[in-house]
Amino acid sequence: MRHLVFIVLCLCPFLASGGPSTNSSLEWEDRKLFGNTSNSQAITVLSSTDTSVFAPIIESFLSDNPELTIEYLVAGSAEVYQRFRQSPSSYDVVISSAMDLQLKLVNDGLAYRINDIQHPDWAQWRQSLFGFTLEPASIVVNKLAFATLPEARSRQAMIELLRTNPDSFRGKIGTYDVRQSGLGYLFATQDSRASETYWRLMEIMGSLETRLYCCSGEMIEDLANGEIVIAYNVLGSYANARTDIADKIDIILPSDFPNTMMRTVLVARKSQQHRSATSFLRYLTSAGWDDSDSDKPSLPSIKDDPIDTQQSIIQLEPGLMIFLDKLKRRTFIKEWESAIIQ
Amino acid sequence: MKSSEVQIAGSLRRRLAVTLIGGMTILTLLLFFVVRNYAAQIAQQSQDSILSASVTSILDAATMRDGEVQIDIPYASFSMLGTNTDDRVFYVIYQDGVALSGYEELSIPKASIDETSVLQSTTFMEVPVRQVTASRVLAGADFRTRITASIAQTQDNLSGTLARISRNAAIFGAGFFSLAVLLSILATSTTIGPLKRLADSIARRGPQDLSPVEKPVPSEMAPLVSSLNHLMHRLDKSMTQSEDFIAEAAHRVRTPIATVRSHAEMTLQRVDKEENRQALRSMIRAIDETSRAAGQLLDHAMIAFRAHQLEFEAVDLVEISREIVLRMTPIAEMKDIELQLSGESSVIVSGDSILIQNAVRNLVDNAFKYSPADSNIEIEVQSRPSPYLKVVDYGPGFLQAEIETLTDRFTRGVNAEGTIGSGLGLTIARDVAAAHNGKLVIENHHSGGACVILYL
Ligand SMILES: Nc1ncnc2c1ncn2[C@@H]1O[C@H](COP(=O)(O)OP(=O)(O)OP(=O)(O)O)[C@@H](O)[C@H]1O
Ligand SMILES: [Mg+2]
Repeated sequence: MRHLVFIVLCLCPFLASGGPSTNSSLEWEDRKLFGNTSNSQAITVLSSTDTSVFAPIIESFLSDNPELTIEYLVAGSAEVYQRFRQSPSSYDVVISSAMDLQLKLVNDGLAYRINDIQHPDWAQWRQSLFGFTLEPASIVVNKLAFATLPEARSRQAMIELLRTNPDSFRGKIGTYDVRQSGLGYLFATQDSRASETYWRLMEIMGSLETRLYCCSGEMIEDLANGEIVIAYNVLGSYANARTDIADKIDIILPSDFPNTMMRTVLVARKSQQHRSATSFLRYLTSAGWDDSDSDKPSLPSIKDDPIDTQQSIIQLEPGLMIFLDKLKRRTFIKEWESAIIQ
Repeated sequence: MKSSEVQIAGSLRRRLAVTLIGGMTILTLLLFFVVRNYAAQIAQQSQDSILSASVTSILDAATMRDGEVQIDIPYASFSMLGTNTDDRVFYVIYQDGVALSGYEELSIPKASIDETSVLQSTTFMEVPVRQVTASRVLAGADFRTRITASIAQTQDNLSGTLARISRNAAIFGAGFFSLAVLLSILATSTTIGPLKRLADSIARRGPQDLSPVEKPVPSEMAPLVSSLNHLMHRLDKSMTQSEDFIAEAAHRVRTPIATVRSHAEMTLQRVDKEENRQALRSMIRAIDETSRAAGQLLDHAMIAFRAHQLEFEAVDLVEISREIVLRMTPIAEMKDIELQLSGESSVIVSGDSILIQNAVRNLVDNAFKYSPADSNIEIEVQSRPSPYLKVVDYGPGFLQAEIETLTDRFTRGVNAEGTIGSGLGLTIARDVAAAHNGKLVIENHHSGGACVILYL
């Protein structure tokens, strides 16, 4: 086990140092019990997805499985990773948007193999990690602020826009702090793989005093109320989920090199509830929750439109672990910091 | 042991089949393992070469900047390790024996410190992995440091490939084996074929046929066939000799005896002295005895000889009886005996006419010898229930106590005193019946005379 702890420490030096490892004594972004609390069978779901977005899915699952109770714990994607590593037997299901960290958990033998799930090959790894949503990274803008400006349809266009209107955007740009956000780091590293444009964009964003956010929620909030006018690499799905601000924002998928993330789920190998946990996972991967007729915005399931976005989907492959390497990460963060913090 | 019984020790066909099929089994297994091992080696080699390429790409990315090692691992170095079965990947990077990054618990072989590349199969996190370790020296003006990188990968894909190859090899092996077994069986029967044909052709031969085997045989069978031909030649020769001998003996013995008898009779005419005449009469009688004994002995020998190689042909019992009656008529008239032939007009049996003639003649001969003058002798031939020939006379008949023994060789009855005979007549008749799978029944009929029935 020593090496696991070592890896945790070396990969996530930026995380709050691990306190007591039982989930009840930990601080959570959110924590909610679903279903009848008197049920004997309870599964603990550790997730990076906001409760508000995920609640409809859980509720629809529980209506089919009334004998189950689900404890839903929310933390940032990097924190999900770290907390699960610290106590892999305390959680039954792990859901995260950070594909690289999830893959790493599977690679290190912490996930339970479920052979009898028929899932497309590109959306699963080792029959242990299953992607169940397709969520592209997008540029979200404040409609009001852009009333007089041309929209930035690609990264290149965004660079042009920032260059020509530096004063309109100074202090009004937001993006993930990749040191804190697992998903932000995944998007940033995948961007850097795709094109040098990313670094030029970071440099110009750095020169315009870009604000850094730990989580998409805050970023969208600030965007809605005009604190910032453009947010880079945010999950459009999150923005979509906020129906209350739908008229204030615009979600743009960059046309040059889109990155599409799969929200992935795994069952803990050390879970005591393999059966219940597996049936929940099965429900997620079957996309039964994705009811297109429903008014409630939901996460886009992988069954929605796989062909169109296929090209841009971040692949579940060992390569994802490259940027988790200590040296590689150190180099990347250093470069990123020198670009964005000026 | 009967002559037709043979002591059996194993079977050539089985021995051949077992050897061939056994050999094929071993060959098939060998083939299976060789193919499997070879395939496993190739599969392992391809994994090794990818792992090596990956390690090399990591080492190539190592640079020294501001006294600090930097390794900008290319994305491809792990990407290239993707497999169908999503094998797990572990790695570690050392600088001069101090872990820099990766899975510190992944131990690297000592030798790799000096050697360029080390391949090994080991276990990590309780699963079998293939590990490749290599190192590279970074050297500058004021420093010199060794970077060692090691990548281990699980072998799910490899074992999947191996299982697939094993299955294919097994299917191939099974096919090969069944074909081989089929060929073995074919080869066995073609090999055994000539032997069987030879045995059949010899078994099918008539008893007289002692000609050599002339059909060509495989060279391996040549010694056997040559010995067989040789043996048959000798047998043929000795048979011919025996037959010739019997015929010759009959001729050679009868003629001088007849000559001696006629001399003795002529002498008897000329001698007047009563005691001399008496002596001569005894002499003639002894000569008759001898003549009869010699004739019967040779007949018996001939029967014993022919009985072994009986040649069956259609024989009419009535025809035979008629001939004998015809031949006996003069003697019968002399003795005032009437010979009567009754029954069916033709009774065909399958048998040896010379033997049957001999038997019938002896029976009729006995009837003449042991019945008084002026009596009847009846011969009856019938085909039902099974073909038989019955000779009945009106003499004294057989002594009940003797009936059992009269067919023994040289056994005569008490009533035979004073008549010339050798005691072989009934023996001959019985042997002939036996040679034809029939039997000889000796009894007295109700009026007291003898009744002998020859069933064929
Ligand atoms: N028809 C018969 N009536 C009475 N006794 C007979 C008759 N036929 C055979 N026997 C008795 O059976 C004995 C054996 O007969 P068999 O024909 O074998 O010998 P055999 O007539 O004495 O000599 P031979 O060999 O010259 O015929 C005779 O000696 C005789 O005693
Ligand atoms: Mg006689």
